[in-house]
Amino acid sequence: MRKALCIPMALAVISLVFFSASCAKKAVTPERGPAYEEGPGPEDTGITGRTGRYEYEEDAYRSTVEDEGFREGTYGDKATQRELTAATRNEFENEDIYFAFDSAALSRTAQEKLREKARWMKQYPTVSAVIEGHCDERGTSEYNLALGDRRAESVKTYMINLGVSRSRLVTISYGEERPIDPRPTEDAWARNRRAHFVIE
Amino acid sequence: MPIHRAICIVCIAIAALFLVPNTGRAAYDYVDISNPSLQKIPLAVPVFHTPSGRPLQVAEDAADDLARNLDFTGYFQILDRHRFLVGPNQGGVAAGEIAFKDWTRIGAELLVTGLVRVEEGLIEMELRLFDAVKGEQLVGKRYKGWPRDRQKMIRRFCNEIIHSLTGEWGYFDSRVAFISNGSGNKEIYISDFDGEDAKRFTHHNSITLFPAWSSDARKIAYTSYARGGPDLFIRPLTGREIVVVSKERLNTTPAWIPGKNGLAATFSFTGDQEIHLVSPGGNVTQNLTDHRGIDTSPAFSPDGASMAFVSDRSGSPQVYIRDMGGGQARRLTFQGRYNTQPSWSPRGDLIAYSSMEGGEINIYVIDTAGRRPRRLTQGAGRNESPDWSPDGSMIVFSSTREGSSRIYVMTAYGTDQRRLLTLPGEQTSPKWSPRLSRN
Repeated sequence: MRKALCIPMALAVISLVFFSASCAKKAVTPERGPAYEEGPGPEDTGITGRTGRYEYEEDAYRSTVEDEGFREGTYGDKATQRELTAATRNEFENEDIYFAFDSAALSRTAQEKLREKARWMKQYPTVSAVIEGHCDERGTSEYNLALGDRRAESVKTYMINLGVSRSRLVTISYGEERPIDPRPTEDAWARNRRAHFVIE
Repeated sequence: MPIHRAICIVCIAIAALFLVPNTGRAAYDYVDISNPSLQKIPLAVPVFHTPSGRPLQVAEDAADDLARNLDFTGYFQILDRHRFLVGPNQGGVAAGEIAFKDWTRIGAELLVTGLVRVEEGLIEMELRLFDAVKGEQLVGKRYKGWPRDRQKMIRRFCNEIIHSLTGEWGYFDSRVAFISNGSGNKEIYISDFDGEDAKRFTHHNSITLFPAWSSDARKIAYTSYARGGPDLFIRPLTGREIVVVSKERLNTTPAWIPGKNGLAATFSFTGDQEIHLVSPGGNVTQNLTDHRGIDTSPAFSPDGASMAFVSDRSGSPQVYIRDMGGGQARRLTFQGRYNTQPSWSPRGDLIAYSSMEGGEINIYVIDTAGRRPRRLTQGAGRNESPDWSPDGSMIVFSSTREGSSRIYVMTAYGTDQRRLLTLPGEQTSPKWSPRLSRN
């Protein structure tokens, strides 16, 4: 039964990839998705509102395929020989991406951290990562699992948009099930609303 | 299994209705189940008699079981035996032998009598409910079974009592599934309706969440990380044929559709968190929501024609309702910024949910038109995951009012709130099963 489903699904995915690749070539600017502004600035130009968040995601999906196809190779070739030391590995894994309450939007700080991570992943092109989405304990567990899923996907989409291959990133939501700090304080909650990277 | 079946047959075959007065008139007006200012009915349960007149432990235990079951409903005020004017094994068990004045004088309006015989290793019980004021028998049954089936027999008679007083069958053979992390991991446990006899159901040694009973109470669907991610498991209560649904990303919040052999759950393989239909065999079919943002936590009306669910389409999580036939979803909750965990009453008229307000989460009920949200908990920490008893008269939920999260029950009006059980660790996500059998 499953196999029967798989074949048309695979066909659909392949045709989608070809289709969007041919479209995306024209639509997407060289370095990033069109919804972003980069560079330091005093005001947060990152997308924080809900509507903004969805627009951003849409744009990111559209530009994905082109990013994969054209940039991975360039970065990868230069960096292939670099050694993956425990120190760099830890740095990559320990730096979490934080979110506001009931939000999956990426703040300016979050975006900066993700650009770091994207650069790093391009330096180590053999590395794959799991992006975990987490929530604080205040909400309810059903909704938080969905929110954690959104957080992880929002991070993944941004990374793909920066040129990291989709195939190197997997997401998993833990909702409120794996707090990094179990205390019921504002501080702890802020630390628990996070996307966490784990190298596979 | 054959032994079990044999006992059941013994139980059912010998449970006989004897002496049915007032057949023409239903006695449903004893307990007004729609009255919020519920008056408890004073009820006397003397220790059950024995033919010899000598005290018998099993007769006393059976009477205590019965009194405890009835007390649980919140309908009754169980009278203290020390106040009785009639001594144990005195006063008779059948209508003709009872001096009802002895009971009305101490305030009893209802009286339950029992006669317990033990013969050849089997217990036989004759149980009767009387309206003490009118001096009439309302229901009488005889049961026979092994001593270890004492509770089963008592529960069955309690179902009869509730049926004769309210018109609804009792829930004394129902059970409660919930999550406990006492083993170090979140696992599903199942206890009797009153919190007794809690047993561990899953052994995944992982995160296990969101138990959901099928309409026939034979299967439980749930989410577990046992295979890495949040997958959906559909598992019979007895037997080993487990179905696993493992779509990319979320496979969460299962809910069975009443009257249909299928369920709904939250998936995000399409890119967005949406509710889809799932066949009992695990095939994910049609989506029931299609809206940007989070759609999760389906809960069905008892006729299966409508679905309540949680969506953040308005900018904060709120409860919505949509007809299964199609059409727009309509928003049900407008008060507060975080309303989740809907549960549809088996009577169909109310939806319970939890609402975050300040540092608290409280249980509310609201009618299906979205009018008159009523708060049932207050000033007692986080009160979450409301779910209804099979007759819609009670709500089970989790609360942190005593520190750790535990399972509590209350009447549908928020009265008689008390802890259901105490186990090591924390307990969350209670789900009340449907009735397991018909009397």
